[in-house]
Amino acid sequence: MIKPEALLRPTPAGLYCPPGDFYIDPTRPVDRAVVTHGHSDHARAGHGAVLATPETLAIMAERYGADFAGATEAAAYGQTVHRDAVEVTLVPAGHVLGSAQAVVKWKGLTMVVSGDYKRRRDPTCPPFEPVPCDVFITEATFGLPVFRHPPDSGEIARLLRSVTQFPERSHLVGAYALGKAQRVICLLREAGWDKTIYVHGALERLNRLYEDHGVELGPLSPATVATKPDFAGAIVIGPPSALQDRWSRRFPDPVQAFASGWMQVRARARQRGTELPLVISDHADWDELTATVDELRPGELWITHGREEALARWAQLHGIQARALALVGYDDDEEDG
Amino acid sequence: MRAFAELLDRLSLTASRNAKLTLVRDYLRETPDPDRGWALAALTGDLTFDAAKPAFIRKAVEERMDPLLFRWSYDYVGDLAETVALVWPARPGANREPELSEVIDALRGATRAEAPRLIEAWLDVLEPTGRWALLKLMTGGLRVGVSGRLAKQAAADLGGVPINEVEEVWHALHAPYEDLFAWLEGRSDRPRPDSPGRFRPTMLAQALDEAVDLGKLDPADYAAEWKWDGIRVQAVNEAGVRRLYTRNGDDISKTFPDVLDVLDFEGALDGELLVMGDDGVASFGDLQQRLNRKTVDAKLMAKHPAGIRAYDLLAEAGEDTRVLSFRERRLRLEAFVAELATPRIDLSVLQPFETWAELADLRASPPPGDPQIAEGLMLKRWDSIYEAGRPRGPWFKWKRDPFLIDAVLMYAQRGHGKRSSFYSDYTFGVWTEVEGKRVLTPVGKAYFGFTDEELKQIDKFVRDNTIERFGPVRSVKAEPHFGLVFEVAFEGLQRSTRHKSGVAMRFPRIHRIRWDKPAGEADELVTLERMLDQMEKVSAPRAP
Repeated sequence: MIKPEALLRPTPAGLYCPPGDFYIDPTRPVDRAVVTHGHSDHARAGHGAVLATPETLAIMAERYGADFAGATEAAAYGQTVHRDAVEVTLVPAGHVLGSAQAVVKWKGLTMVVSGDYKRRRDPTCPPFEPVPCDVFITEATFGLPVFRHPPDSGEIARLLRSVTQFPERSHLVGAYALGKAQRVICLLREAGWDKTIYVHGALERLNRLYEDHGVELGPLSPATVATKPDFAGAIVIGPPSALQDRWSRRFPDPVQAFASGWMQVRARARQRGTELPLVISDHADWDELTATVDELRPGELWITHGREEALARWAQLHGIQARALALVGYDDDEEDG
Repeated sequence: MRAFAELLDRLSLTASRNAKLTLVRDYLRETPDPDRGWALAALTGDLTFDAAKPAFIRKAVEERMDPLLFRWSYDYVGDLAETVALVWPARPGANREPELSEVIDALRGATRAEAPRLIEAWLDVLEPTGRWALLKLMTGGLRVGVSGRLAKQAAADLGGVPINEVEEVWHALHAPYEDLFAWLEGRSDRPRPDSPGRFRPTMLAQALDEAVDLGKLDPADYAAEWKWDGIRVQAVNEAGVRRLYTRNGDDISKTFPDVLDVLDFEGALDGELLVMGDDGVASFGDLQQRLNRKTVDAKLMAKHPAGIRAYDLLAEAGEDTRVLSFRERRLRLEAFVAELATPRIDLSVLQPFETWAELADLRASPPPGDPQIAEGLMLKRWDSIYEAGRPRGPWFKWKRDPFLIDAVLMYAQRGHGKRSSFYSDYTFGVWTEVEGKRVLTPVGKAYFGFTDEELKQIDKFVRDNTIERFGPVRSVKAEPHFGLVFEVAFEGLQRSTRHKSGVAMRFPRIHRIRWDKPAGEADELVTLERMLDQMEKVSAPRAP
């Protein structure tokens, strides 16, 4: 069989496919790109042509303007597209709205680029679909055995309990603007919180986009003093950076919460001054990563970014050949966890 | 166990005292006996185990997982208990989660050899937060930022009673405190506080406001004495029960066996715990070396012998003297101390005065010897009884004026809770010469002393003049021609090997913000060193 490197190889600009002449999630402008999902470290503006799911294209247009690429091509989940001799199919990754794995086939070789993914249920997007393959290219953002994300319903229950316990304070929840914020809102609705949720301005357009794609978010209102002079007892959602900025001063003695997989580690929460860490992540935790690799049993495991060495070690201990690609440019930081 | 784990988890990240009180009070209200009682004992430090040593925990986890993956995990998390709680590879077939009281009962009945097996089985059934709480409990010391007093305050809040009433009965009670909760919830009478060796809630003083108070007070109504710079303690010996308590009722008997040894009396004394050297009272720094130690270091005890300078007599031979006036108590105290005839318990001598002006002079220029390092003066009404808490009027503290220096803001850190969007914790420095260059060296950190309005202004200054950011800390532009000068007030100086500058301040706070002062004109390190020399010189010779 042909070597996997002939089909996909790591380059400074990202994973490159020579026979199809395209990059996957390129970190710098290229002629032809396949984009797995709309987070800004994977979806950048300025490419010649972009292939992505319709939802991801809509997100990119919302973030960068309609002319974010020379040309775009939408591929729905499961629809196969040809790039020269290479077949590309996008299948759900369960990460955020529109997120996809790229299944790349050529001359009998199947490689799956997972993009960012998780295995648990998310009311805002379809679940990850495992695809048998020769090479599985995975992320490893939470690739250490300490990352074991608890059930998200329990985290939301802790938030709601705190709201009852501190009715005179407002609860500020830091959540990444794309995906996490909408998921937290949906989870709150599922837990029975039907009051207005106040949102930071940076979330408004993406919230609307989610609603246009059929994700019900319930009553939302801008978190301005004009809409509500007193935020006591309210739940407010904003991007993580805003929580520590002057914006947060309009709220009475707020309880600072932060929805992120990084909140698993107490020192990270303490460093940010987070009083109520909510371990809610859009990435696979250690158990999901290892279970996925175990389920697929690929001939080779490639690891794009995150804590590659630990996952590679685990794979080797379990008899799977693993290789750390150490791709740069994918944010491994707190904002998107 | 789950509710207790969640409580500890929240407490460990909550900065505000009020929020902590709410969390503990709600837990006590919602959790049944005996779990809540054990939890309260754990929080007040009255329940500690050292059933599990870190080495055992590490060995147990490495038997279950790849040691290299564990090491990487530990390197990332940085805390052993937390790492193990997160990575613990649970074996299937586990039972249901134990209640806190089950854990405690089982452990109390277990031998040293059995404990590890029990702990492993619990780690298998608990979720990560529960495992973390269990390991904290098992290795001794919760360290979640809750003092014994705060936990007792939360219990008092539960019953809507003053904390003094809880403190007074506390040492007559035993975990899991079912009788305490029965009383707090109105189901029974208050437990009797009269067990021998118990703690009596402390009487505290109000700060004197010279401008307001002195005009209204008659000097003839008050006695004056030095406010010694140690820690306020209560020393008790009743029916053979010897105890040394802090003013919050924390039992520190084990830390000061040398003091316990000299309590050859029947009664209860209120006084100041001091290190008493041959040359008189030593600085607070020497006392600090003996505090917060789990085991007593014999060498340190010999080097820094502790004793008590007596302020008051609370009980004598079974009689409660707190109901007597200060004048009567004082006479009894003088006789009491004289009879002890030990140099390790002496009397805090009253300072006679006729007018406030005379007393003000004494405070401004204390005579040589011990008074040089006193914190100031205490005023006590002759006719006042010994009343728990901080009643307004009978007792005043009239602190010495603080030391002041001008220092330059160097780093600012975001605060917590209400202040988390503000840069409210400031590290400041003074000028020194390094290799012929004038540079700032940090000498202290302060996070209060300014108004909310001033905080906003400093916050803006920090944001506008940031040079570098590391996590929640910003370094701020500080050069001879540009920088923000704080007038910093502090209570004393100590030599310090931990600080690069070699000095550490006691109780520093921002006294004034000198927007007008050029940074280059702030103080030099030599000024602080001179102050330190001066302090050490005056405290050395004992008064004749």
